[in-house]
Amino acid sequence: MTDATLAEGPVVVAPGDYDDDHPVTNTGLSNNKLAMWVFLASECLLFGGLISTYLLYKDNNISGGPLPRQIYDIPFTSISSFVLLTSSLTMVLAVSAIARGEERRGRTWLATTAGLGMVFISGQVYEFQTFVREGMGFTTNAASSAFFTLTGFHGVHVTMGIIMLVSLVVLSLRGRLGVERAETVEIVGLYWHFVDVVWILIFTVVYLIP
Amino acid sequence: MALTETGPLALPSGDGAGSPRPLGVFARPRTTHGWRSWVTTVDHKKIGIMYGATALFFFLVGGMEALLIRLQLATPNGKLLSADLYNQVFTMHGTTMVFLVVMPLGAGFMNYLVPLQIGARDVAFPRLNAFGFWCFLAGGLVLNSSWLLGHAPDGGWFMYAPNSGVQFSPTHGIDFWNMGLLFTGIASLTGAINLITTVLNMRAPGMSMFKMPVFTWMTLVTQFLLLFAIPVLTAAQFLLMFDRLFGAKFFDVSAGADPLLWENLFWIFGHPEVYIMILPAFGLVSEILPVFSRKPIFGYPFMVFSGIAIGVMGWGVWAHHMFASGIGPYSVAAFSMSTMLIAVPTGIKVFNWIATMWGGQVRFKAPMLYAIGMVAMFTVGGLSGVTHAVSPADTQQTDTYYIVAHFHYVLFGGALFVFVGGFYYYWPKVFGYFLSDAGGKLNFWILFVGFNMTFGPMHILGLRGQPRRVYTYRSNYGYEFWNMVSTIGAIIIGISFLVLMANIAIGYARAKRLSAGGPLTAPPDPWDARSLEWLTANPTPVHNFDRVPTIRFGLDELFYRKYREDEGGRLVRVATAEEVVEKGDRTDVHLPSPSYWPIVVAFGLPFVGWGLIYNLWLALVGGAVVVLGIFGWALEPSVDDEGGPLHPDHGQPPTTGESGAAEAPVEQEAALVD
Amino acid sequence: MTADALHPELAPEEHQVHDLAGAHVSDGKYVQIAIFLAVATGLEVYLSYSGLEGAALVAPLLVIMAYKFITVALYFMHLKFDPKILTRVFYFGLILAVSVYAAALSTLKLFGG
Repeated sequence: MTDATLAEGPVVVAPGDYDDDHPVTNTGLSNNKLAMWVFLASECLLFGGLISTYLLYKDNNISGGPLPRQIYDIPFTSISSFVLLTSSLTMVLAVSAIARGEERRGRTWLATTAGLGMVFISGQVYEFQTFVREGMGFTTNAASSAFFTLTGFHGVHVTMGIIMLVSLVVLSLRGRLGVERAETVEIVGLYWHFVDVVWILIFTVVYLIP
Repeated sequence: MALTETGPLALPSGDGAGSPRPLGVFARPRTTHGWRSWVTTVDHKKIGIMYGATALFFFLVGGMEALLIRLQLATPNGKLLSADLYNQVFTMHGTTMVFLVVMPLGAGFMNYLVPLQIGARDVAFPRLNAFGFWCFLAGGLVLNSSWLLGHAPDGGWFMYAPNSGVQFSPTHGIDFWNMGLLFTGIASLTGAINLITTVLNMRAPGMSMFKMPVFTWMTLVTQFLLLFAIPVLTAAQFLLMFDRLFGAKFFDVSAGADPLLWENLFWIFGHPEVYIMILPAFGLVSEILPVFSRKPIFGYPFMVFSGIAIGVMGWGVWAHHMFASGIGPYSVAAFSMSTMLIAVPTGIKVFNWIATMWGGQVRFKAPMLYAIGMVAMFTVGGLSGVTHAVSPADTQQTDTYYIVAHFHYVLFGGALFVFVGGFYYYWPKVFGYFLSDAGGKLNFWILFVGFNMTFGPMHILGLRGQPRRVYTYRSNYGYEFWNMVSTIGAIIIGISFLVLMANIAIGYARAKRLSAGGPLTAPPDPWDARSLEWLTANPTPVHNFDRVPTIRFGLDELFYRKYREDEGGRLVRVATAEEVVEKGDRTDVHLPSPSYWPIVVAFGLPFVGWGLIYNLWLALVGGAVVVLGIFGWALEPSVDDEGGPLHPDHGQPPTTGESGAAEAPVEQEAALVD
Repeated sequence: MTADALHPELAPEEHQVHDLAGAHVSDGKYVQIAIFLAVATGLEVYLSYSGLEGAALVAPLLVIMAYKFITVALYFMHLKFDPKILTRVFYFGLILAVSVYAAALSTLKLFGG
């Protein structure tokens, strides 16, 4: 509190002295973007718990059946990982296209991203089916329960991302995804990249490290 | 969790933009009175009131359960409850009081006060806020529906594995617990994202972080704790749900599972949870004490930093709940140390509260009594808490009534005391009439006596070895006398809450009589208060501030608009409350529009929960309601350009407008997640 | 959360709307980053077949993983170009998760032998 403000005495705010519509936020970020990052920070704890559970149980097949790592198909999963990584690239290309106002190109990249996501999910479904055929179901042993829960949660996240992407494509087709909506695309992109970085963790920690 | 993940399914308004019937399902709600205005409200004040009212209802439920426990234990070999029923009652008492009473009471105060204290018109995502409340209500109903649908959960509020497995708890009780708390978890998580964004982004001009009131700071810390703690519980609950419903092997000891996995996950959540419950109370007491001592809060930066320190250190102490479970000497030593250390920031707060009162012109109004009572009772509870950090002593105290005494002193004597005091303090702000001060003092003293009679003797009982969570005890162990005292105390606590309800009813009747049918209005700034929420009229008008205030004097902005210091350092009044406080009569403020969608989405949730337990088809129906609701929500513009006189639009900062389209006529777009 | 991290007002020059990351990174650069990530992933897969064991395998795998993670966060998620508060919030959650779960796992493993 400076002397100058003190000298003013009681604050009588004159009309026009306030800014009702206060157009900038305190951080300079939109509420939506900040909220998405806050949410993603919270997701770290969720996936952390599931990854930890897997790490605790990964060698536990006391109740029988194979361990996940005994039946992994690393080449297959590597291709899945490349697919998901590529979808991150197409996502940033979509964001930057829409930010430049190239709506049609942005739509193409969004559709490509959604398509790559679907390829990834199909691969996961195929992988799960193969594992079940090879005798490792969800309830077979502690390791399998932990494996399916972790990768299943990730798969659900990817699926939600695909739904969002498809919704964006539909909007774009109806001409409602112009440059003024670039931040919406960017925020969906943040979610998509987060799902991708979680897979980066899972691929290394769950699949590659023995 | 799953729901919030679809949150960003934020679509621009599409064709619904200009139409009063988004999706052609519902007409946009426009009522401002009657029950429909509450069901569709997105007003943070109404939502705060609903949190409080619902929490009080559940407090009655949980209080009944507590009385049943005490009546059962009043005499040796009690016959009121069977062992099985006793297990259900104490489990539900703990779960209800933690998740359905103390947390939502805090949420109610935070929702109501934070936008006012930072000079905002609403929270960042008003519809998400409403959704959070309805989720919480859905969770509470699902949890309590277990009483009607056969068997309540019976594993204790901590639900330790493998006791919580199907083998040892074959009824559906624990499934209800799981579902109910998953839903209240969604409420907490969305609330956390919302309030964090609000505090970081929507402060009035001139209000930097270190000019925020202590309550707002404690809210911010609490919400960060919720943000990071809730997902841990969610993960653990999913594991338990998969075990119980789908036969997974996470906690199946015969499959080599490690029961300590649950204990660790639960307490990684559970200890931050303790601070989630107490920090809002710390914030409230830091508002009440300065006002009734007529002094600024002592050591403001220390208050803030100790709150942050508690928030950070609270993550490193969880295993002190597990000293008796054999976690090994290294873990025990490390967690003993950290537990002792966390007493330091808590102690700083206690000393600062005392120093705030020291030398002040203390007015012993009812809210002040509760605040002082809280400082005293919390200190008792804090001291017994430090004794748990001494691990050899803790192994003796574990699972005895000493622990019960400790956490009731911190949670009841700490959190609930202040919340009741907060009722007396904020009642004119919220409802426009006063609760009787004499009645409040009577209420306080009855509560104070009853509280100490109930929980004080539990220290003795615990040290004498009476185990908790056991439905009876035999005679001649020396437990009879103090158990009877404790039961009588519990009845006295019950009476004190009857006094509170009578006080509310009498105050309301009197105010109605005096207002002669007009709206209830309390005089401006009745307590000679210090922070921004009292800059608004009482009760708070729907648009909060007539003019968004500009902060010039920093902390205690309102106070220094009324007073300044003369050359001798004495406070001189320069303006009356009537001059400073706003009239609340503006009618042209833009506000977010009400919406049906939050309650629609939340309505689907209980059916998902019940469906997972009983029949997956029901879950599918519930899930369809949820998904359709989310799409309806996303397609609905967050603001409605055909609204009433309170023209909606600018209540929230333009989140998308920066991109250049702000002036375009298509501007009624759905804000992303709100 | 440190108080510092919650200090957005100390950066008043950031009180402007932020450009999208597209303004900072060209599409070509994104493609380069993606190729780099793909190569890193290939290297990981190669290492897992290389016959290395124990720490000699795990350590490089974890380093590459962290490198990939951070690259995606910095460039694809534009943390590098956005206000620091996003980085602080996100990394606080991340580091908290790693710390508590590492502590919990070591507690469980020490006991389980």
